[in-house]
Amino acid sequence: MSELISTLQYYFSYPFVRYAMIVGLLVALCASLLGVTLVLKRFSFIGDGLSHVAFGAMAAAAVTGITDRMIIIMPVTVLSAVLLLRTGKNTKIKGDASIAMISVSALAIGYILMNVFPVSSNISADVCGSLFGSTSILNLKSGDVWLCFIMSAIVLIFFTLFYNKIFSVTFDESFSKATGINSDLYNLMIAVVTAVIIVIAMNLVGSLLISALIIFPALSAMRLFKSFKSVTICAAIISVVCAGLGIILSILLSTPVGATIVAADLAAFLVFSGISTVCARK
Amino acid sequence: MSEQIICKNAALGYEDGIVTEGLNFTVNSGDYLCILGENGSGKSTLIKALLGLKPQISGEIKWCGGFSAKDIGYLPQQTPVQRDFPASVREVVLSGCLSKMGFFPFYRAAEKKLAKDTMKQLGIESLENKCYRELSGGQQQRVLLARALCAASRMLLLDEPVTGLDPHAQTELYELVAKLNKSGISIIMVSHDIASAVKYASHILHISKKQLFFGKTSDYLNSPVGKKYIEGWGNENE
Repeated sequence: MSELISTLQYYFSYPFVRYAMIVGLLVALCASLLGVTLVLKRFSFIGDGLSHVAFGAMAAAAVTGITDRMIIIMPVTVLSAVLLLRTGKNTKIKGDASIAMISVSALAIGYILMNVFPVSSNISADVCGSLFGSTSILNLKSGDVWLCFIMSAIVLIFFTLFYNKIFSVTFDESFSKATGINSDLYNLMIAVVTAVIIVIAMNLVGSLLISALIIFPALSAMRLFKSFKSVTICAAIISVVCAGLGIILSILLSTPVGATIVAADLAAFLVFSGISTVCARK
Repeated sequence: MSEQIICKNAALGYEDGIVTEGLNFTVNSGDYLCILGENGSGKSTLIKALLGLKPQISGEIKWCGGFSAKDIGYLPQQTPVQRDFPASVREVVLSGCLSKMGFFPFYRAAEKKLAKDTMKQLGIESLENKCYRELSGGQQQRVLLARALCAASRMLLLDEPVTGLDPHAQTELYELVAKLNKSGISIIMVSHDIASAVKYASHILHISKKQLFFGKTSDYLNSPVGKKYIEGWGNENE
Protein backbone atom coordinates (compact mmCIF):
# COMPACT_ATOMS: atom_id res chain seq x y z
CA MET A 1 0.00 0.00 0.00
CA SER A 2 2.70 2.46 1.01
CA GLU A 3 4.46 1.48 -2.18
CA LEU A 4 1.40 2.50 -4.19
CA ILE A 5 1.19 5.81 -2.39
CA SER A 6 4.84 6.58 -2.97
CA THR A 7 4.41 5.72 -6.67
CA LEU A 8 1.51 8.14 -6.86
CA GLN A 9 3.47 10.80 -5.00
CA TYR A 10 6.30 10.34 -7.45
CA TYR A 11 3.98 10.81 -10.43
CA PHE A 12 2.08 13.73 -8.96
CA SER A 13 5.34 15.62 -8.42
CA TYR A 14 5.27 16.15 -12.20
CA PRO A 15 3.17 19.14 -13.23
CA PHE A 16 1.79 17.41 -16.33
CA VAL A 17 0.25 14.67 -14.21
CA ARG A 18 -1.36 17.27 -11.96
CA TYR A 19 -2.67 19.13 -15.03
CA ALA A 20 -4.12 15.90 -16.35
CA MET A 21 -5.91 15.33 -13.07
CA ILE A 22 -7.37 18.85 -12.89
CA VAL A 23 -8.54 18.82 -16.51
CA GLY A 24 -9.91 15.31 -16.11
CA LEU A 25 -12.02 16.17 -13.08
CA LEU A 26 -13.35 19.42 -14.56
CA VAL A 27 -14.30 17.83 -17.87
CA ALA A 28 -15.95 14.92 -16.10
CA LEU A 29 -17.98 17.31 -13.95
CA CYS A 30 -19.24 19.41 -16.88
CA ALA A 31 -19.97 16.41 -19.09
CA SER A 32 -22.04 14.72 -16.41
CA LEU A 33 -24.12 17.83 -15.64
CA LEU A 34 -25.10 18.23 -19.24
CA GLY A 35 -25.41 14.49 -19.68
CA VAL A 36 -28.53 14.36 -17.52
CA THR A 37 -30.36 16.75 -19.84
CA LEU A 38 -29.02 15.15 -23.01
CA VAL A 39 -30.04 11.65 -21.96
CA LEU A 40 -33.51 12.76 -20.86
CA LYS A 41 -34.11 14.80 -24.00
CA ARG A 42 -33.03 11.79 -26.10
CA PHE A 43 -30.10 13.83 -27.38
CA SER A 44 -27.38 11.32 -26.43
CA PHE A 45 -26.69 10.73 -30.11
CA ILE A 46 -25.84 14.40 -30.66
CA GLY A 47 -22.91 14.02 -28.29
CA ASP A 48 -21.73 11.02 -30.24
CA GLY A 49 -22.12 12.72 -33.62
CA LEU A 50 -20.34 15.86 -32.46
CA SER A 51 -17.35 13.96 -31.17
CA HIS A 52 -16.78 12.55 -34.64
CA VAL A 53 -17.12 15.97 -36.18
CA ALA A 54 -14.52 17.21 -33.72
CA PHE A 55 -12.20 14.42 -34.86
CA GLY A 56 -12.59 15.47 -38.49
CA ALA A 57 -12.02 19.10 -37.56
CA MET A 58 -8.89 18.18 -35.66
CA ALA A 59 -7.49 16.32 -38.66
CA ALA A 60 -8.22 19.31 -40.86
CA ALA A 61 -6.59 21.64 -38.34
CA ALA A 62 -3.49 19.45 -38.24
CA VAL A 63 -3.17 19.69 -42.02
CA THR A 64 -3.21 23.48 -41.99
CA GLY A 65 -0.31 23.38 -39.56
CA ILE A 66 -1.78 25.94 -37.18
CA THR A 67 -0.31 25.55 -33.72
CA ASP A 68 -3.49 26.49 -31.90
CA ARG A 69 -5.86 23.93 -33.35
CA MET A 70 -8.76 25.08 -31.14
CA ILE A 71 -9.31 28.00 -33.51
CA ILE A 72 -10.59 25.55 -36.11
CA ILE A 73 -11.98 22.71 -33.98
CA MET A 74 -14.16 24.82 -31.69
CA PRO A 75 -16.13 26.82 -34.31
CA VAL A 76 -16.61 23.80 -36.60
CA THR A 77 -17.97 21.66 -33.77
CA VAL A 78 -20.23 24.40 -32.41
CA LEU A 79 -21.58 25.05 -35.90
CA SER A 80 -22.27 21.34 -36.38
CA ALA A 81 -24.11 21.28 -33.05
CA VAL A 82 -26.42 24.02 -34.27
CA LEU A 83 -26.96 22.27 -37.60
CA LEU A 84 -27.59 18.88 -36.01
CA LEU A 85 -30.22 20.38 -33.75
CA ARG A 86 -31.97 21.95 -36.74
CA THR A 87 -31.91 18.77 -38.79
CA GLY A 88 -33.25 16.82 -35.83
CA LYS A 89 -36.66 18.39 -36.33
CA ASN A 90 -38.14 18.63 -39.77
CA THR A 91 -36.05 17.62 -42.71
CA LYS A 92 -36.21 14.88 -45.29
CA ILE A 93 -33.44 12.87 -43.65
CA LYS A 94 -34.55 12.01 -40.12
CA GLY A 95 -32.53 13.07 -37.08
CA ASP A 96 -30.77 9.84 -36.21
CA ALA A 97 -29.94 9.03 -39.83
CA SER A 98 -28.47 12.47 -40.46
CA ILE A 99 -26.32 12.20 -37.33
CA ALA A 100 -25.02 8.81 -38.44
CA MET A 101 -24.28 10.25 -41.86
CA ILE A 102 -22.44 13.28 -40.52
CA SER A 103 -20.39 11.32 -38.00
CA VAL A 104 -19.10 8.66 -40.40
CA SER A 105 -18.36 11.29 -43.05
CA ALA A 106 -16.37 13.35 -40.55
CA LEU A 107 -14.46 10.24 -39.44
CA ALA A 108 -13.70 9.22 -43.03
CA ILE A 109 -12.60 12.66 -44.17
CA GLY A 110 -10.51 13.10 -41.04
CA TYR A 111 -8.76 9.79 -41.65
CA ILE A 112 -8.15 10.59 -45.33
CA LEU A 113 -6.67 13.97 -44.44
CA MET A 114 -4.40 12.41 -41.84
CA ASN A 115 -3.12 9.91 -44.41
CA VAL A 116 -2.72 12.30 -47.35
CA PHE A 117 -1.00 15.00 -45.30
CA PRO A 118 0.82 13.10 -42.57
CA VAL A 119 1.97 15.33 -39.71
CA SER A 120 4.31 12.77 -38.25
CA SER A 121 5.78 9.50 -39.54
CA ASN A 122 3.54 7.34 -37.38
CA ILE A 123 0.04 7.88 -38.75
CA SER A 124 -1.67 5.04 -36.93
CA ALA A 125 -0.40 6.35 -33.59
CA ASP A 126 -1.78 9.80 -34.43
CA VAL A 127 -5.17 8.38 -35.38
CA CYS A 128 -5.27 6.10 -32.39
CA GLY A 129 -4.31 9.01 -30.15
CA SER A 130 -7.09 11.26 -31.33
CA LEU A 131 -9.69 8.50 -31.27
CA PHE A 132 -8.83 7.04 -27.89
CA GLY A 133 -6.94 9.93 -26.30
CA SER A 134 -4.01 7.66 -25.50
CA THR A 135 -1.26 10.01 -24.43
CA SER A 136 -2.37 13.52 -25.31
CA ILE A 137 -3.67 14.25 -21.81
CA LEU A 138 -0.10 14.02 -20.52
CA ASN A 139 1.07 16.62 -23.03
CA LEU A 140 -1.14 19.39 -21.65
CA LYS A 141 0.49 22.76 -21.08
CA SER A 142 -0.59 25.22 -18.44
CA GLY A 143 -2.33 27.24 -21.18
CA ASP A 144 -4.55 24.27 -21.99
CA VAL A 145 -5.38 23.87 -18.34
CA TRP A 146 -6.39 27.51 -18.10
CA LEU A 147 -8.58 27.22 -21.19
CA CYS A 148 -10.23 24.16 -19.74
CA PHE A 149 -10.66 25.93 -16.41
CA ILE A 150 -12.37 28.95 -17.98
CA MET A 151 -14.61 26.82 -20.19
CA SER A 152 -15.64 24.67 -17.23
CA ALA A 153 -16.43 27.77 -15.19
CA ILE A 154 -18.65 29.06 -18.01
CA VAL A 155 -20.46 25.73 -18.25
CA LEU A 156 -20.99 25.60 -14.48
CA ILE A 157 -22.32 29.16 -14.32
CA PHE A 158 -24.61 28.51 -17.30
CA PHE A 159 -25.93 25.39 -15.66
CA THR A 160 -26.54 26.95 -12.24
CA LEU A 161 -28.23 30.09 -13.55
CA PHE A 162 -30.51 28.27 -15.94
CA TYR A 163 -30.99 25.10 -13.91
CA ASN A 164 -34.73 25.58 -13.38
CA LYS A 165 -35.36 26.58 -16.97
CA ILE A 166 -33.31 23.66 -18.26
CA PHE A 167 -35.46 21.40 -16.10
CA SER A 168 -38.66 22.85 -17.52
CA VAL A 169 -37.48 22.65 -21.14
CA THR A 170 -36.25 19.09 -20.62
CA PHE A 171 -39.38 17.88 -18.86
CA ASP A 172 -41.99 19.45 -21.10
CA GLU A 173 -41.11 21.55 -24.11
CA SER A 174 -44.67 22.39 -25.13
CA PHE A 175 -45.56 23.60 -21.65
CA SER A 176 -42.48 25.76 -21.30
CA LYS A 177 -43.12 27.27 -24.72
CA ALA A 178 -46.66 28.09 -23.65
CA THR A 179 -45.43 29.85 -20.51
CA GLY A 180 -43.14 32.05 -22.56
CA ILE A 181 -39.81 30.29 -22.14
CA ASN A 182 -37.86 30.39 -25.37
CA SER A 183 -37.21 26.67 -25.52
CA ASP A 184 -35.55 26.82 -28.94
CA LEU A 185 -32.97 29.19 -27.51
CA TYR A 186 -32.31 26.88 -24.57
CA ASN A 187 -32.00 23.87 -26.87
CA LEU A 188 -29.51 25.85 -28.91
CA MET A 189 -27.51 26.83 -25.83
CA ILE A 190 -27.50 23.22 -24.61
CA ALA A 191 -26.18 22.07 -27.99
CA VAL A 192 -23.47 24.75 -28.06
CA VAL A 193 -22.33 23.97 -24.52
CA THR A 194 -22.28 20.26 -25.42
CA ALA A 195 -20.02 21.05 -28.36
CA VAL A 196 -17.68 23.04 -26.12
CA ILE A 197 -17.46 20.22 -23.59
CA ILE A 198 -16.80 17.65 -26.30
CA VAL A 199 -13.94 19.65 -27.75
CA ILE A 200 -12.35 20.03 -24.32
CA ALA A 201 -12.97 16.40 -23.43
CA MET A 202 -11.37 15.23 -26.64
CA ASN A 203 -7.95 15.81 -25.13
CA LEU A 204 -8.85 13.61 -22.22
CA VAL A 205 -10.61 10.53 -23.51
CA GLY A 206 -10.38 10.88 -27.28
CA SER A 207 -13.29 11.41 -29.61
CA LEU A 208 -14.63 7.84 -29.63
CA LEU A 209 -15.06 7.64 -25.87
CA ILE A 210 -16.55 11.06 -25.06
CA SER A 211 -20.15 9.86 -25.22
CA ALA A 212 -19.40 7.55 -22.33
CA LEU A 213 -18.38 10.52 -20.18
CA ILE A 214 -21.66 12.24 -21.03
CA ILE A 215 -24.19 9.42 -20.74
CA PHE A 216 -22.82 6.92 -18.21
CA PRO A 217 -23.00 9.04 -15.02
CA ALA A 218 -26.53 10.20 -15.86
CA LEU A 219 -27.72 6.67 -16.59
CA SER A 220 -26.15 5.34 -13.38
CA ALA A 221 -27.69 8.10 -11.26
CA MET A 222 -31.12 7.57 -12.82
CA ARG A 223 -31.08 3.95 -11.70
CA LEU A 224 -31.26 4.96 -8.06
CA PHE A 225 -32.45 8.54 -7.70
CA LYS A 226 -35.88 9.91 -8.33
CA SER A 227 -35.75 13.68 -8.45
CA PHE A 228 -34.02 15.81 -11.06
CA LYS A 229 -31.85 17.52 -8.46
CA SER A 230 -30.64 14.31 -6.82
CA VAL A 231 -29.96 12.73 -10.22
CA THR A 232 -27.92 15.75 -11.30
CA ILE A 233 -25.88 15.88 -8.09
CA CYS A 234 -25.33 12.12 -8.04
CA ALA A 235 -24.26 12.09 -11.71
CA ALA A 236 -21.71 14.83 -11.01
CA ILE A 237 -20.28 12.91 -8.05
CA ILE A 238 -20.13 9.58 -9.92
CA SER A 239 -18.45 11.24 -12.86
CA VAL A 240 -15.81 13.05 -10.81
CA VAL A 241 -15.04 9.98 -8.70
CA CYS A 242 -14.77 7.72 -11.75
CA ALA A 243 -12.54 10.19 -13.58
CA GLY A 244 -10.25 10.53 -10.57
CA LEU A 245 -10.15 6.79 -10.02
CA GLY A 246 -9.59 6.16 -13.72
CA ILE A 247 -6.65 8.54 -13.92
CA ILE A 248 -5.01 7.10 -10.78
CA LEU A 249 -5.54 3.51 -11.93
CA SER A 250 -4.16 4.29 -15.38
CA ILE A 251 -0.99 5.64 -13.75
CA LEU A 252 -0.58 2.64 -11.45
CA LEU A 253 -1.42 0.00 -14.05
CA SER A 254 0.02 1.88 -17.08
CA THR A 255 -3.28 1.58 -18.96
CA PRO A 256 -4.64 4.18 -21.43
CA VAL A 257 -6.21 7.07 -19.48
CA GLY A 258 -9.43 7.53 -21.46
CA ALA A 259 -10.30 3.87 -21.70
CA THR A 260 -9.67 3.38 -17.97
CA ILE A 261 -12.00 6.25 -17.06
CA VAL A 262 -14.73 4.80 -19.27
CA ALA A 263 -14.19 1.36 -17.73
CA ALA A 264 -14.60 2.93 -14.28
CA ASP A 265 -17.85 4.58 -15.46
CA LEU A 266 -19.08 1.24 -16.75
CA ALA A 267 -18.24 -0.40 -13.42
CA ALA A 268 -20.18 2.32 -11.57
CA PHE A 269 -23.15 1.78 -13.88
CA LEU A 270 -23.14 -1.96 -13.21
CA VAL A 271 -22.94 -1.40 -9.46
CA PHE A 272 -25.85 1.08 -9.51
CA SER A 273 -27.91 -1.23 -11.72
CA GLY A 274 -27.24 -4.08 -9.31
CA ILE A 275 -28.32 -2.01 -6.32
CA SER A 276 -31.50 -0.83 -8.03
CA THR A 277 -32.42 -4.41 -8.99
CA VAL A 278 -31.90 -5.57 -5.41
CA CYS A 279 -33.97 -2.64 -4.09
CA ALA A 280 -36.77 -3.36 -6.55
CA ARG A 281 -37.03 -6.97 -5.37
CA LYS A 282 -37.51 -6.03 -1.73
CA MET B 1 -69.10 38.09 -17.39
CA SER B 2 -66.25 39.64 -19.27
CA GLU B 3 -64.80 38.52 -22.54
CA GLN B 4 -61.37 36.89 -22.38
CA ILE B 5 -60.81 35.61 -25.92
CA ILE B 6 -62.60 36.73 -29.08
CA CYS B 7 -61.94 34.85 -32.29
CA LYS B 8 -63.28 36.52 -35.44
CA ASN B 9 -63.32 34.70 -38.76
CA ALA B 10 -59.85 33.28 -38.11
CA ALA B 11 -58.05 30.90 -40.45
CA LEU B 12 -55.22 28.79 -39.09
CA GLY B 13 -52.54 26.72 -40.75
CA TYR B 14 -49.00 26.52 -42.03
CA GLU B 15 -47.14 28.06 -44.95
CA ASP B 16 -48.28 25.30 -47.27
CA GLY B 17 -51.97 25.41 -46.51
CA ILE B 18 -54.89 26.26 -44.30
CA VAL B 19 -55.81 23.63 -41.70
CA THR B 20 -59.02 25.14 -40.41
CA GLU B 21 -60.94 28.33 -41.15
CA GLY B 22 -64.04 30.35 -40.44
CA LEU B 23 -63.56 30.25 -36.68
CA ASN B 24 -65.92 32.55 -34.77
CA PHE B 25 -66.22 32.16 -31.05
CA THR B 26 -65.91 33.96 -27.73
CA VAL B 27 -64.68 32.76 -24.37
CA ASN B 28 -66.07 34.66 -21.38
CA SER B 29 -64.63 34.43 -17.91
CA GLY B 30 -66.13 31.44 -16.11
CA ASP B 31 -66.97 29.60 -19.34
CA TYR B 32 -66.29 25.90 -19.81
CA LEU B 33 -65.66 25.48 -23.54
CA CYS B 34 -65.18 22.08 -25.07
CA ILE B 35 -63.54 21.85 -28.49
CA LEU B 36 -64.65 18.79 -30.43
CA GLY B 37 -63.39 17.47 -33.75
CA GLU B 38 -61.93 14.50 -35.54
CA ASN B 39 -58.19 13.88 -35.74
CA GLY B 40 -56.63 16.31 -38.19
CA SER B 41 -59.49 18.79 -37.90
CA GLY B 42 -57.13 21.50 -36.69
CA LYS B 43 -57.55 21.17 -32.93
CA SER B 44 -53.86 21.22 -32.11
CA THR B 45 -53.30 24.14 -34.49
CA LEU B 46 -56.08 26.01 -32.69
CA ILE B 47 -54.41 25.31 -29.34
CA LYS B 48 -51.14 26.79 -30.61
CA ALA B 49 -53.00 29.86 -31.83
CA LEU B 50 -54.79 30.35 -28.51
CA LEU B 51 -51.48 30.07 -26.67
CA GLY B 52 -50.04 32.72 -28.95
CA LEU B 53 -47.43 30.35 -30.39
CA LYS B 54 -48.70 30.41 -33.97
CA PRO B 55 -50.25 33.55 -35.45
CA GLN B 56 -53.43 33.11 -37.49
CA ILE B 57 -53.22 33.38 -41.30
CA SER B 58 -56.19 35.71 -41.54
CA GLY B 59 -58.96 37.00 -39.32
CA GLU B 60 -58.50 38.01 -35.70
CA ILE B 61 -57.82 36.41 -32.34
CA LYS B 62 -58.06 38.91 -29.51
CA TRP B 63 -57.24 38.52 -25.84
CA CYS B 64 -59.29 41.10 -23.94
CA GLY B 65 -59.44 42.92 -20.66
CA GLY B 66 -55.78 42.75 -19.69
CA PHE B 67 -55.87 39.05 -20.47
CA SER B 68 -53.10 37.68 -22.68
CA ALA B 69 -51.98 34.36 -24.11
CA LYS B 70 -49.53 34.13 -21.21
CA ASP B 71 -52.43 34.00 -18.73
CA ILE B 72 -53.52 30.60 -19.99
CA GLY B 73 -52.43 27.62 -17.92
CA TYR B 74 -51.69 24.84 -20.36
CA LEU B 75 -51.97 21.11 -19.80
CA PRO B 76 -50.34 19.48 -22.84
CA GLN B 77 -50.60 15.84 -23.83
CA GLN B 78 -48.09 13.60 -22.12
CA THR B 79 -44.91 12.83 -24.04
CA PRO B 80 -42.90 9.58 -24.00
CA VAL B 81 -39.99 11.51 -22.42
CA GLN B 82 -42.01 12.13 -19.26
CA ARG B 83 -42.80 8.49 -18.62
CA ASP B 84 -39.33 7.67 -17.32
CA PHE B 85 -38.32 11.15 -16.19
CA PRO B 86 -36.72 11.37 -12.75
CA ALA B 87 -38.48 14.35 -11.18
CA SER B 88 -40.25 14.87 -7.88
CA VAL B 89 -43.81 16.18 -7.84
CA ARG B 90 -42.56 19.34 -6.16
CA GLU B 91 -40.06 20.01 -8.94
CA VAL B 92 -42.71 19.60 -11.63
CA VAL B 93 -45.25 21.85 -9.91
CA LEU B 94 -42.61 24.50 -9.16
CA SER B 95 -41.64 24.64 -12.82
CA GLY B 96 -45.05 26.16 -13.47
CA CYS B 97 -43.92 29.25 -11.57
CA LEU B 98 -41.05 29.96 -13.98
CA SER B 99 -43.10 32.35 -16.06
CA LYS B 100 -43.54 34.60 -13.02
CA MET B 101 -39.80 34.89 -12.44
CA GLY B 102 -38.53 36.54 -15.60
CA PHE B 103 -34.77 36.37 -15.68
CA PHE B 104 -34.39 35.67 -11.96
CA PRO B 105 -32.78 32.24 -11.85
CA PHE B 106 -34.02 30.71 -8.57
CA TYR B 107 -37.37 30.05 -6.87
CA ARG B 108 -38.22 32.54 -4.13
CA ALA B 109 -40.46 32.09 -1.10
CA ALA B 110 -43.50 33.40 -3.01
CA GLU B 111 -43.15 30.76 -5.73
CA LYS B 112 -42.61 27.99 -3.19
CA LYS B 113 -45.74 29.05 -1.31
CA LEU B 114 -47.78 29.22 -4.52
CA ALA B 115 -46.67 25.69 -5.44
CA LYS B 116 -47.50 24.40 -1.98
CA ASP B 117 -50.95 26.05 -1.91
CA THR B 118 -51.79 24.73 -5.37
CA MET B 119 -50.79 21.21 -4.39
CA LYS B 120 -53.04 21.50 -1.35
CA GLN B 121 -55.91 22.80 -3.51
CA LEU B 122 -55.66 19.74 -5.78
CA GLY B 123 -55.16 17.28 -2.93
CA ILE B 124 -51.69 16.13 -3.94
CA GLU B 125 -49.67 17.61 -1.07
CA SER B 126 -48.94 14.12 0.29
CA LEU B 127 -47.24 13.26 -3.02
CA GLU B 128 -44.87 16.25 -2.85
CA ASN B 129 -41.67 14.23 -2.62
CA LYS B 130 -42.82 11.26 -4.68
CA CYS B 131 -41.30 10.53 -8.05
CA TYR B 132 -43.45 11.67 -10.96
CA ARG B 133 -42.90 8.53 -13.06
CA GLU B 134 -44.11 6.26 -10.25
CA LEU B 135 -47.52 7.93 -9.93
CA SER B 136 -50.72 6.62 -11.47
CA GLY B 137 -51.99 8.28 -14.66
CA GLY B 138 -54.66 10.21 -12.74
CA GLN B 139 -52.17 11.47 -10.18
CA GLN B 140 -49.80 12.57 -12.96
CA GLN B 141 -52.57 14.62 -14.56
CA ARG B 142 -53.28 16.27 -11.19
CA VAL B 143 -49.61 17.19 -10.90
CA LEU B 144 -49.61 18.71 -14.39
CA LEU B 145 -52.85 20.52 -13.55
CA ALA B 146 -51.18 21.98 -10.46
CA ARG B 147 -48.26 23.11 -12.61
CA ALA B 148 -50.63 24.77 -15.08
CA LEU B 149 -52.44 26.55 -12.23
CA CYS B 150 -49.12 27.86 -10.90
CA ALA B 151 -48.46 29.39 -14.31
CA ALA B 152 -51.88 30.99 -14.67
CA SER B 153 -54.86 31.12 -12.39
CA ARG B 154 -57.60 32.55 -14.64
CA MET B 155 -57.87 30.13 -17.53
CA LEU B 156 -56.87 26.53 -18.16
CA LEU B 157 -56.38 24.95 -21.57
CA LEU B 158 -56.45 21.15 -21.42
CA ASP B 159 -55.43 19.04 -24.40
CA GLU B 160 -57.22 15.67 -24.27
CA PRO B 161 -56.54 15.29 -20.55
CA VAL B 162 -58.25 11.92 -20.01
CA THR B 163 -56.36 9.99 -22.70
CA GLY B 164 -54.98 6.78 -21.21
CA LEU B 165 -56.79 7.09 -17.88
CA ASP B 166 -59.05 4.37 -16.51
CA PRO B 167 -62.79 5.26 -16.27
CA HIS B 168 -62.64 5.99 -12.54
CA ALA B 169 -59.68 8.35 -12.91
CA GLN B 170 -61.40 10.02 -15.88
CA THR B 171 -64.48 10.81 -13.79
CA GLU B 172 -62.30 12.11 -10.96
CA LEU B 173 -60.42 14.41 -13.33
CA TYR B 174 -63.64 15.73 -14.89
CA GLU B 175 -65.09 16.43 -11.44
CA LEU B 176 -61.91 18.21 -10.41
CA VAL B 177 -61.92 20.38 -13.52
CA ALA B 178 -65.63 21.15 -12.97
CA LYS B 179 -64.80 22.19 -9.40
CA LEU B 180 -62.05 24.50 -10.61
CA ASN B 181 -64.48 25.95 -13.16
CA LYS B 182 -67.03 26.66 -10.40
CA SER B 183 -64.36 28.53 -8.47
CA GLY B 184 -64.19 30.97 -11.39
CA ILE B 185 -61.46 29.60 -13.65
CA SER B 186 -62.35 29.50 -17.34
CA ILE B 187 -61.78 26.13 -18.96
CA ILE B 188 -61.02 25.26 -22.56
CA MET B 189 -60.84 21.53 -23.12
CA VAL B 190 -59.97 19.69 -26.30
CA SER B 191 -61.64 16.31 -26.20
CA HIS B 192 -62.76 13.18 -28.02
CA ASP B 193 -65.10 12.22 -25.23
CA ILE B 194 -68.40 13.75 -26.37
CA ALA B 195 -70.49 12.24 -23.56
CA SER B 196 -68.46 14.04 -20.90
CA ALA B 197 -68.16 17.15 -23.07
CA VAL B 198 -71.93 17.67 -23.19
CA LYS B 199 -72.24 16.73 -19.53
CA TYR B 200 -69.72 19.23 -18.14
CA ALA B 201 -69.15 22.00 -20.70
CA SER B 202 -71.18 25.17 -20.89
CA HIS B 203 -70.21 25.80 -24.52
CA ILE B 204 -69.21 23.59 -27.43
CA LEU B 205 -67.01 24.43 -30.40
CA HIS B 206 -67.09 21.74 -33.07
CA ILE B 207 -64.54 22.05 -35.87
CA SER B 208 -63.63 20.02 -38.92
CA LYS B 209 -61.53 21.94 -41.45
CA LYS B 210 -64.04 24.71 -40.78
CA GLN B 211 -66.27 25.63 -37.88
CA LEU B 212 -69.36 23.40 -37.67
CA PHE B 213 -70.88 24.69 -34.46
CA PHE B 214 -70.32 27.16 -31.69
CA GLY B 215 -72.77 27.87 -28.91
CA LYS B 216 -74.32 26.69 -25.68
CA THR B 217 -74.23 22.98 -24.97
CA SER B 218 -78.05 22.74 -24.82
CA ASP B 219 -78.27 24.25 -28.32
CA TYR B 220 -75.60 21.85 -29.56
CA LEU B 221 -77.66 18.85 -28.46
CA ASN B 222 -80.54 20.05 -30.65
CA SER B 223 -78.44 21.11 -33.63
CA PRO B 224 -78.16 18.82 -36.69
CA VAL B 225 -74.35 18.53 -36.37
CA GLY B 226 -74.58 17.74 -32.68
CA LYS B 227 -77.31 15.12 -33.16
CA LYS B 228 -75.34 13.46 -35.93
CA TYR B 229 -72.09 13.42 -33.96
CA ILE B 230 -73.66 12.07 -30.79
CA GLU B 231 -75.48 9.39 -32.75
CA GLY B 232 -72.30 8.35 -34.55
CA TRP B 233 -70.43 8.22 -31.29
CA GLY B 234 -73.17 6.08 -29.74
CA ASN B 235 -73.04 3.60 -32.60
CA GLU B 236 -69.29 3.29 -32.39
CA ASN B 237 -69.50 2.35 -28.76
CA GLU B 238 -72.18 -0.29 -29.03
